[in-house]
Amino acid sequence: MRHGKYPFIIGFLAVPVALYAIFVVGAYLQMFRLSLTDWSGYGTFKDVGFDNFVKLWNDEVIWIALRHNGYLLLLLPIVTIAIALLFAFLLNVGGGSKGGMTQGVWGSKVYRVVFFFPQLLALALVAVIFQRVYGPDKSGMINGLLPDSWEPWLFLADEKWALTCILIVLIWQAVGFYVVLFSAGMGSIGQEIYEAAALDGASRITLFFKITLPLLWGNIQVAWIYLGIAAFDAFALVNIMTVNQGGPNNSTQVLSMQIYLNAFKYSQAGYASAIGVVLFFLALSFAWLTLRVNRSDSVDA
Amino acid sequence: MTNLTKTPRAATTEPVVPAKDTGRRVNPLGGVAHAALFLWALATVAPLIWVALASFKSNEEIFLDEPFGLPQSWAIDNFADAWSEAHIGQYFLNSVFVVVVSTAGTMLLGSMAAYVLARYKFPGNRFIYYLFVSGLAFPTFMALAPLFGIAQAMNLLDSFFGLIVIYIAYSLSFTVFFLVAFFKTLPHEIEEAATVDGAGHVRRFFQVMLPMAKSGLVSIAIFNIVGQWNQYLLPVVIMQSEDKYVLTQGIANISVSAGYQAEWGQLFAALTLSILPMIIVYAVFQRQIQAGLTSGAVK
Repeated sequence: MRHGKYPFIIGFLAVPVALYAIFVVGAYLQMFRLSLTDWSGYGTFKDVGFDNFVKLWNDEVIWIALRHNGYLLLLLPIVTIAIALLFAFLLNVGGGSKGGMTQGVWGSKVYRVVFFFPQLLALALVAVIFQRVYGPDKSGMINGLLPDSWEPWLFLADEKWALTCILIVLIWQAVGFYVVLFSAGMGSIGQEIYEAAALDGASRITLFFKITLPLLWGNIQVAWIYLGIAAFDAFALVNIMTVNQGGPNNSTQVLSMQIYLNAFKYSQAGYASAIGVVLFFLALSFAWLTLRVNRSDSVDA
Repeated sequence: MTNLTKTPRAATTEPVVPAKDTGRRVNPLGGVAHAALFLWALATVAPLIWVALASFKSNEEIFLDEPFGLPQSWAIDNFADAWSEAHIGQYFLNSVFVVVVSTAGTMLLGSMAAYVLARYKFPGNRFIYYLFVSGLAFPTFMALAPLFGIAQAMNLLDSFFGLIVIYIAYSLSFTVFFLVAFFKTLPHEIEEAATVDGAGHVRRFFQVMLPMAKSGLVSIAIFNIVGQWNQYLLPVVIMQSEDKYVLTQGIANISVSAGYQAEWGQLFAALTLSILPMIIVYAVFQRQIQAGLTSGAVK
């Protein structure tokens, strides 16, 4: 039976591993090399040592972008998970019990279908739609709905609110997915547990905090990681929706946009690679931290 | 101690009280719950309905009339313009072509690699597995500049083939990760029976394992189709000539130029044309899509 095993293994692995090695692993390895050069994106380059990293440290815009990513990284998961948990709870348990089964409120099936739909729309399309929804004059949906006597809201053109407008779009798109994810988790929590608790006179709020939340902890962690990745990216939204790709006045600048701008607009691909290297280590620590947290949790359980 | 034993008994001997109690509490909560759910549903569909209505309107109507008013005359030519003048038809076909080929390629190559990694022992197995899985930790945009350099050096810029190959490469991490776990759960007996019957490695994979893994393959295929259809960053970097744009890129481009030429009706028609197929596909496969995407997230 050992006959032909290795030719088969090599035959099956060769193409996928080659593609992955060239375009993914290769890109990351070259990123380290290029971060030490003045490569413009085309043609030749020369080594500049750690100049890019020194520049990075002193680059005000990078720090602004980092802060904005932090803002999204903190708020996107918290708000999305809170809303999604509430809705999932209402849709699965909120309807009281009927025939011995706890069930969701009336119409929960329809809500689940409707909420989920934005997840299927490309973030780029969502960005185009919301750029118009936030239109700063009467052609925008929200300003069109406001009474004529009101000053139109500037939304994305307002430095103070532009990033929050982006955050709202991210939440708008994400909630449905996590409602479905948490619903699946709640579905696997035994009915008997809810029955027993309800018999003991537990209120819905007690049910939520004492039963649903602890038993859903695994799903919530997954959600946190996924939303963290989404918050890190946000490229499509910033590139399409905002004034001057990250404006006004860098008020919506994020790191993905900075990499893109430096690589393709400012012809500083070497510098863009240096930003990538720093992010690489940030992501690595994030992944390591997540693994640590998960491991200690599974020991507790 | 006595208190502890008494309380539950009190609750069970008088079941009427808690039942009535929850009944009273559910109703106002139910009202608030319904309101919250309904408002979110409204917030979800309102922008889409608004886009659909505006796609039939003229520029003046979009600016001056009620956003949710019906169009005075239904401007069907917005759609004709979007389809041909703004090239939505072309972008749409480009997207379909790229996603069909690259999802098929991802599924074939991903399941081959995952099968070998899950079912065979050989030196380097763990290393290759972790190499694939480590890609999950890093967002795509990070290595954008070197990726562009690699594509440039290999003459893959502005080519469908290049975009497809890069889609496949970046989809392999999750596909392999998901399918390795899946192949490991499948029973060994049937595979052994096939071996006894004289089936070789390749035949066992295609005729025994793949059919058994169907549910996992469907989930991950849906995940890849949706992900690749919605991809924006990679095409923006790779595809440069307008006739090769994919849908997301094409529409984003129209929205930028609409800012200057103010062809709003056309932009809204383009959006409607690209949302509509998603709604139809979702209406038909809603259950599988939800299951496919969420199982992809949980594994």
